[in-house]
Amino acid sequence: MNKVPEKVLTQNFGVEHLFKIDVYMKKGGYKTLKKVIKELKPEEVLNEVKAAHLRGRGGAGFPAGVKWSFVPQDADKPKYLCVNADEGEPGTFKDRYIMSHNPHMLLEGIVLTSYAVGIHHAFIYIRGEYENIARRLERAILEAEKKGFVGKNLLNSGFDLQITVHRGAGAYICGEETALLESLEGKRGHPRLKPPFPAAVGLFQCPTVINNVETLSNVPYILEKGADWFIQQGIPEDGGTRIFGVSGKVKNPGIYELPVGSSLKELIFKHAGGMKSNKKLKAVIPGGLSSPILKPDEIDIPMDCESLMKADSMLGSGAVIVLDEGVAIIDVLRKVTQFYSHESCGQCTPCRIGNSWIHKTVQRIYQGKGKKQDLDTIQRLASNMLAKTLCPLGDAAAMPILAIVKKFRKELESFIQGTIK
Amino acid sequence: MSPEISNSVQKKIKELISRYPKKQAAILPVIHLVQRELGHISEDSEQWVADLLEISPVRVREVVTFYSMLSQKPLGKYHIQVCTNLSCSILGAEKLIEHLSHKLGIKPGETSEDGKFTLTTVECLGACEQAPNIMVNYDYYGHVDKEKVDQILSELDE
Ligand SMILES: Cc1cc2nc3c(=O)[nH]c(=O)nc-3n(C[C@H](O)[C@H](O)[C@H](O)COP(=O)(O)O)c2cc1C
Ligand code: SF4
Ligand code: FES
Repeated sequence: MNKVPEKVLTQNFGVEHLFKIDVYMKKGGYKTLKKVIKELKPEEVLNEVKAAHLRGRGGAGFPAGVKWSFVPQDADKPKYLCVNADEGEPGTFKDRYIMSHNPHMLLEGIVLTSYAVGIHHAFIYIRGEYENIARRLERAILEAEKKGFVGKNLLNSGFDLQITVHRGAGAYICGEETALLESLEGKRGHPRLKPPFPAAVGLFQCPTVINNVETLSNVPYILEKGADWFIQQGIPEDGGTRIFGVSGKVKNPGIYELPVGSSLKELIFKHAGGMKSNKKLKAVIPGGLSSPILKPDEIDIPMDCESLMKADSMLGSGAVIVLDEGVAIIDVLRKVTQFYSHESCGQCTPCRIGNSWIHKTVQRIYQGKGKKQDLDTIQRLASNMLAKTLCPLGDAAAMPILAIVKKFRKELESFIQGTIK
Repeated sequence: MSPEISNSVQKKIKELISRYPKKQAAILPVIHLVQRELGHISEDSEQWVADLLEISPVRVREVVTFYSMLSQKPLGKYHIQVCTNLSCSILGAEKLIEHLSHKLGIKPGETSEDGKFTLTTVECLGACEQAPNIMVNYDYYGHVDKEKVDQILSELDE
């Protein structure tokens, strides 16, 4: 258990001008791509990634290799890759670090993934606010094209790949994979009914792979060092490291790359320096705003998908938000409900009405006009969103709301009764 | 009346469209460019984009009204956006809004009479480690407090 955590994705982030292709190549970049394209068949690449148990870093934690294998190989339609760089889950900022510090690592991952699945056009869907990063990616693509790593007949392999950066325009829901597809097709970001799944019917009705930025950035390392090595970095069913983002009331907010399965408690108290002021820890949101809140006695927990699920929470995007005793729980609840009532796309009644009703109720409580039965109403409305909506946003809103009301009911009740303000 | 879009932008738009297997998919990048050029998306611009992409204007309207970064109204020369999501709010975002409202004489959602400033609140900007955050047009500013707001505003004035 005493292994010193090895940094993988962020190991060279301190190197000056790493975003330039020459510097990236000096650090060994694109070597794996050259080797793989020459020596491995696409299905061998796919099998290696499958064996590495690389789970999605965007939120749902689905195994990437398994997802790729759902893409039909005999279809005569084009296939697409959509890189999810929407990074809208509150608390999450790791993909911004990857793309601004090391865009070529992501590009190398994109080329390898496209090669494995037989894709000739990849889109990077990046949130609109990251304009400067989008430019950096575009410059990186041009550099890679010049060196022959991207484009027609890349590295003389007979394989073609075009990469297009596509900027969103401010809508959290477009991070949901089918909303992302709609948005990329030039429409409103309204999630689609599943099935069919994007692997079969995705962008422009063609088979499509959708993966998060961090997920794809792992691919070059898996192919360089092998699936066994990757699994050893993490835990057997959940390989590699994760770039955790810590924000809120800690001394040193920032990104911390640690093995999958590292302790949440250590992440906060050792790596992020512990609490910012002398106030005590009150609660932790472990995987982005959608993940159910944990109390201080619940944070001695390994940060991997299964362990957090067992604790009735979620690893999500690995975004840890730390709250101290100076933060009132009503304010947390208000921010959560403000967010989902703002971001619901409005297609499903339980989500549209539920979220705005809950938010109005919370606002009323906040203004000191709460009623005794309000908390039950909130619970009822939130429960009514669970598993009843088109896309997972309904659940993503209901779960954290229910957890806050359940775990901090006393504080909310005394707030309503006016004993604390 | 068609909007005044410079030749260089028109050229860039053509190039953008060629990156997509279907024309309509280029709508967001095209609209971004139009908004950057003209400050907002007017009805004329909607029509122009619709003609260009060979879709009906209502499709363009649907997009313009869906995405929070797209604006039908002219925005101020400086669009100041304050993040009010959790990590920023527990580290002082609400105070920043008060301070900005007071200094600029406008509430969130409003534009100053001289057309210089628009103030809005936004959800998480993806920079929570440097909370609280504000954005001025396309630039991020982190670890913002009242003094820093004053400094940013005075630099914009120059
Ligand atoms: C409402 C909602 C928002 C999401 N936002 C993002 C996001 O910003 N970035 C992301 O990578 N995944 C996001 N996801 C998850 C994606 O739907 C999808 O699972 C993910 O991109 C798949 O990639 P991965 O398997 O590599 O994680 C979101 C999901 C939902 C339901
Ligand atoms: S659950 Fe909410 S966000 Fe998702 S499709 Fe339904 S209304 Fe839209
Ligand atoms: S909460 Fe403000 S940037 Fe994330």
